[in-house]
Amino acid sequence: MAKTHITMKVNGTEVEGLVEPRTLLVHFIRENLQMTGTHIGCETTHCGACTVDIDGMSIKSCTMFAVQAEGSDVTTIEGMANADGSLSALQEGFRMMHGLQCGFCTPGMILRAHRLLKENPSPTEAEIRMGISGNICRCTGYQNIVKAIQYAAAKINGTQFQEAAE
Amino acid sequence: MNDMTPTREQRSAALEGMGCKRKRVEDIRFTQGKGNYVDDVKLPGMLHGDFVRSPHAHARVKKIDDTEALKVPGVLAVITAETLKTVNLAWMPTLAGDVQMVLADGKVLFQNQEVAFVVATDRYAADDGINKVVVEYEQLTPLIDPFKAMDADAPVLREDLAGKTSGAHGPRKHHNHIFEWTVGDKELTDAAFNKAEVTIKEMISYHRTHPSPLETCQCVCSFDKIKGELTIYGTFQAPHVIRTVVSLIAKLPEQKIHVIAPDIGGGFGNKVGAYPGYICAAVASIVTGKPVKWVEDRIENLTATSFARDYHMTTEIAATREGKVTGLRVHVLADHGAFDACADPSKWPAGFFNIVTGSYDFPTAHLSVDGIYTNKAPGGVAYRCSFRVTEAAYCIERAMDILAQKLDMDPAELRLKNFIKPEQFPYHSALGWEYDSGDYATAMKKAMESTKYAELRKEQAVKRAAFKRGETREIMGIGVSFFTEIVGAGPSKNCDILGIAMFDSCEIRMHPTGAGIARMGTKSQGQGHETTWAQIIATEIGIPADNIMVEEGNTDTAPYGLGTYGSRSTPVAGAAIAMAARKIKAKAQMIAAYKLEVHEDDLEFDIDGFRVKGLPEKFMSMKDICWVAYNSVPPGMEPGLEAVSYYDPPNMTYPFGAYICVMDIDVDTGVYKVRRFHALDDCGTRINPMIIEGQVHGGLTEAFAIAMGQEIRYDAEGNVVTGSFMDFFMPTAVETPHWETDFTVTPSPHHPIGAKGVGESPNVGGVPAFSNAVNDAFSFLGSTHIQMPHDYWRNWKAAKELGAVA
Repeated sequence: MAKTHITMKVNGTEVEGLVEPRTLLVHFIRENLQMTGTHIGCETTHCGACTVDIDGMSIKSCTMFAVQAEGSDVTTIEGMANADGSLSALQEGFRMMHGLQCGFCTPGMILRAHRLLKENPSPTEAEIRMGISGNICRCTGYQNIVKAIQYAAAKINGTQFQEAAE
Repeated sequence: MNDMTPTREQRSAALEGMGCKRKRVEDIRFTQGKGNYVDDVKLPGMLHGDFVRSPHAHARVKKIDDTEALKVPGVLAVITAETLKTVNLAWMPTLAGDVQMVLADGKVLFQNQEVAFVVATDRYAADDGINKVVVEYEQLTPLIDPFKAMDADAPVLREDLAGKTSGAHGPRKHHNHIFEWTVGDKELTDAAFNKAEVTIKEMISYHRTHPSPLETCQCVCSFDKIKGELTIYGTFQAPHVIRTVVSLIAKLPEQKIHVIAPDIGGGFGNKVGAYPGYICAAVASIVTGKPVKWVEDRIENLTATSFARDYHMTTEIAATREGKVTGLRVHVLADHGAFDACADPSKWPAGFFNIVTGSYDFPTAHLSVDGIYTNKAPGGVAYRCSFRVTEAAYCIERAMDILAQKLDMDPAELRLKNFIKPEQFPYHSALGWEYDSGDYATAMKKAMESTKYAELRKEQAVKRAAFKRGETREIMGIGVSFFTEIVGAGPSKNCDILGIAMFDSCEIRMHPTGAGIARMGTKSQGQGHETTWAQIIATEIGIPADNIMVEEGNTDTAPYGLGTYGSRSTPVAGAAIAMAARKIKAKAQMIAAYKLEVHEDDLEFDIDGFRVKGLPEKFMSMKDICWVAYNSVPPGMEPGLEAVSYYDPPNMTYPFGAYICVMDIDVDTGVYKVRRFHALDDCGTRINPMIIEGQVHGGLTEAFAIAMGQEIRYDAEGNVVTGSFMDFFMPTAVETPHWETDFTVTPSPHHPIGAKGVGESPNVGGVPAFSNAVNDAFSFLGSTHIQMPHDYWRNWKAAKELGAVA
């Protein structure tokens, strides 16, 4: 199949590649760019394991063609740590609040939470639950993911994180 | 001592040993997208394989034509059963003593069964090839309803078994019958029923569902023709078992098979078995001489790679008028699908279902299970439970509620009246188990106090009266569940897989600088073994957990183990860790005695080293002992400090818990709201409370999913109608309830550290709590039992059938 030349910015770096028109963005990221932090869980846009950030929106990269991302600004989990390599507030929140177990949904969950906090820096629990409802986690039951996002929000906002009583 | 000397508390805390809410070491890589899952494995020249699958549930395969497929650019080979026959791999043995087609051999027996394997240069080309393989079928009558499987005129599914009147588990009664398994005293139980003052009888179904971890099953097989070695990277919960199975069926020397299970994206039982994808990828690699990757998609995972439950349990309890149980009789119709590929220890065709007497002191019980074939996917894995234990817990917990309703007694009171008492442990159940320890009444009462149970019942009575007066359309249910699990398979006297006893193992090597590595026969799929195993070692030998690296999943380096499933890791491997650590400690004591110039018996272990009794200043730290072990050991002693333990548990462990669920249901829409869910677990000694709580949250969420909607459903033609996340209920953060957790601690008396295992308790205890809440809500309208799953539609339907909706 004839291939198309595409360019985009991924985690701040210009990248390019030759892809078939039908190549999914998630495969371009995982296979061509060799960045395997973005996962595939369902291929039908239900689970959100493949969530990346494109031009300021959370996008499920398993149902977007790579050619559709031409010229875009893409952020993946590999671009989420702080500039000095330390864990970002969200990454730290997931670890401190035990917001992950098998780790398979985690990159998509963190990318979604990242955009959620940009849209709404101080979300309520209900807003967090609705905000991550496009991302499925099979391990945690979400309760600690909610806490992880609250932890990160507090850290970013410079406020005190108060763990809710059981 | 100066002020800088750490206190005993500080020294102890520095270890981050047992009881510490230690943060997970795994998270550093997982939060940065640096996990290494199977699909992340890329080998030079790697090819991709994918399946042509059957659209029919039951059909004869007349012809497979791959001519056009082989013309597709990138397609290199199409493997069929005929190809596999040349290497004697068209069929493979199952863990349950049956055989299973790897690729369709003459017939297909369930929808999406594997028919041909297309090998191509990448996954897109493989998919193109699949579309060009032409398969000619002749449709046959499908058998979907398990209750019709043993009708005289039922279609013959397994023609390969023609004339075989017995299978791996005894006589077969019918051409679609697999086994009958009976336990208990029939005569005594029948007698108890004959003289019973009160009896109940109900057919309680536990529907077919699927574990569906977020990462599907996958592998990369790489055969080195020069060395004759096969390396398999795979999503394996039991890597060593896979190595042995591959060796036995592919006739490859076991030392030339390297099985590597890297990070696994959830398992929940789905990744215990051996599936056709693994065999086909291995054969494809041998045929092509190149590495071959197989990654199933979600639809394939849900429809073809195993299933869970599908037990239909006709349950009877005999009791006195005062509510004392006197007998239990259960018959199970077990739908195993097209092949008996149930993942159970060899001698247990229905797993440990004979834990069905639960937490209650039944003087007698009788159980019979009939396994049957239908045109559905094979499997029968323990979806986050020990083998068939969740089915048993659901069966007895639902039945106890039905009995309470008949006696007009509170379900919690009925349970309290019939609990096995603390002084009865070790308790011998009527169906043959020896329960290790328990204090059930304390746990039940604590959960009732925490939830203000009595007040909830009063509120319910008020609401019911208001409903009857037409003032509300909402009904309130209180679901009580008290479960006893049986985990930690298991003792070699009764547990094996393909003849291999179900021990587990640990090898610890201490390094000169006071660090070490522990290698395990288990394999974490998210349970956090790298974190918790190090905590056990930290407490046992006094080296900080941070200094212990835990490695799992590589059969070349790890000692042989049976893997992680059935909540067996802590009860079995956790014990092996403690025993290996104690061997290290014993040698360390000899070294310390030599260096401190005292007799070993004059030393006592003190947090992180040995101290001379009565001379507190004479102390040698474990860190220093590690150095001495490689520097100046006592004369006659071998240098080094390492140990291995293979632990054969003397008994299973029996975690238990009390769960209470409060739910409100709108009868006009069937919409439910879980108002509260309180889970009290007793898993014995607690290694990492943070991880335990996380396990409970996750297990409860899976229980919620199963009870309230998650089902693999077939239509009459055998089409799977819940084959993607569109239809298969996967709760998101919005639907998932808030979880309240609590605990009591009753250590296991036979386990070196008293731990019992917890990962699966919440699934086992959670499902009956949800279902009992729904059933309790409807009971005052005249129902005794409503089958799961309790989705909105079924709730509305129940309300309508009970006359609550016009």
